[in-house]
Amino acid sequence: MKYLSFFRLRFATGLQYRTAALAGIVTQFAWGFMEIMIFKAFYRADAASFPMSFQATVSYIWLQQAFLALFAAWMMDNEIFPMIINGDVAYELCRPVSIYNMWFARNAANRLARAALRCFPILAVAAFLPKPYGIAAPASLPCFVMFLLAMVLGLLVTVSFCMLIYMLTFFTISPEGLRMLFISGTEFLAGGVIPLPFFPDKMRAVMELLPFAAMQNVALRIYSGSMSGGEAGRALLLQLFWLVAVTGFGKILYRLVEKKIIVQGG
Amino acid sequence: MIMMEHVCKSYRIAKRNAGFKEACKSLFHREYEVIAALNDVSFTINDGEMVGYIGPNGAGKSSTIKILSGILTPDGGTVLVDGRIPCKDRIEHVRQIGVVFGQRSQLWWDVPVIDSFELLKDIYSISQSTYRRSLEELTQLLNLEELLRTPARQLSLGQRMRCEIAASLLHGPRILFLDEPTIGLDAVSKLAVRDFILKQNKTHGTTVILTTHDMQDIEALASRIILIGKGRILMDGSLADIKKGNADIDETVAELYRSYDI
Repeated sequence: MKYLSFFRLRFATGLQYRTAALAGIVTQFAWGFMEIMIFKAFYRADAASFPMSFQATVSYIWLQQAFLALFAAWMMDNEIFPMIINGDVAYELCRPVSIYNMWFARNAANRLARAALRCFPILAVAAFLPKPYGIAAPASLPCFVMFLLAMVLGLLVTVSFCMLIYMLTFFTISPEGLRMLFISGTEFLAGGVIPLPFFPDKMRAVMELLPFAAMQNVALRIYSGSMSGGEAGRALLLQLFWLVAVTGFGKILYRLVEKKIIVQGG
Repeated sequence: MIMMEHVCKSYRIAKRNAGFKEACKSLFHREYEVIAALNDVSFTINDGEMVGYIGPNGAGKSSTIKILSGILTPDGGTVLVDGRIPCKDRIEHVRQIGVVFGQRSQLWWDVPVIDSFELLKDIYSISQSTYRRSLEELTQLLNLEELLRTPARQLSLGQRMRCEIAASLLHGPRILFLDEPTIGLDAVSKLAVRDFILKQNKTHGTTVILTTHDMQDIEALASRIILIGKGRILMDGSLADIKKGNADIDETVAELYRSYDI
């Protein structure tokens, strides 16, 4: 209950800045179209040599753009870093809640509010685009339910990963290095640049086991039909595993932070 | 009741001389200096007291406040606030205290002040009726009517500080820590803040611990003064104890600092 109010507040903040939301939507449209055009060119060369059908790839891209705010690793909470660096975190420590839980809720709320403000126009337009440039309907109802489940898990894994970065910032003082490393690595390994099936088989086999594949990869591939049945079930379980593991590790780090925290500034 | 006994806290600070060569050298070999922020600090404060905690910059005032509010863990000594150890039972402890850091902000920058208050209500799990009562009272006493609907970023410092103080009292804490609450405020805002703190102490019996460099704050508010310098408690008494005749309060305190060589 108390964490729900973060969502309310974040939503209010999002509404406060209408131009930002509009600009976000336009950017995602432009980016989506560009990516689809590039893939179109590749598919024209030899459609049979690709692991996903063109339609599936297009659905993957539109969903990715619509829900960018849920999974993009680089969209971290930019209010948290200065708080740790200049010591304003003092106020956060004066609240009767665990900072880990509070920031987790706050980050999830951030992402949900952003996505809620932006996904509908993109999904609406993408649904009405002529085949195969638009988003296809989900294959079946069970498939859609699995997609929703994978989205929730993917969001939680993404947030718990960002939590690791926040916690480590308490030790390193400057977040820049960690952030850069984490962001560039994640985008690539999570299937943010190109979907994971496009990677060579041996590489893909490893990548799919990593926690990064538990972010956007599963949801987007279940929806587009490039993953189904037992494979999808195993992927969901793996997501759950990584969620527990990464959150657990984050909480251990938080314990350490709590013990030897130093609040910067007078 | 607040009790500190033989509390120590030190920080490790990496130091180096100026210049590029020194900067490179410090990459491989770092010299640390350990600074004792608090050195065997002991005092007791009873319920309902208003205490002015004074001392020059870097004396250890903020460190004391942070330890008392459970943010920092002391290196040694015992701290007990109403029977709780602040840094051990942090979550239970902070429910009962209010803190204002004059140099920081707890309001959400982009949304109207009232939204921040609502969030605090949820974080502290304040019941609707209690929340409405304290909000009404605070709005009236601090004259917030017009400010509540304004985004925090568009408030003047004085307006914001009034909102900050209200935010720290929404959950009805029994102890209030004020770390330089009047810093940078104009005369009118200062008087308003002082007046409010006095009333809060009288009507609710809130224990107030106040750090400040503004001696008029002390004169108006604190019946008891604790002087800290270089991490040690140097004096614990009342304003009358240090005041000589009609000397100006600022001069008196400056003289006091000089006599202790801090």
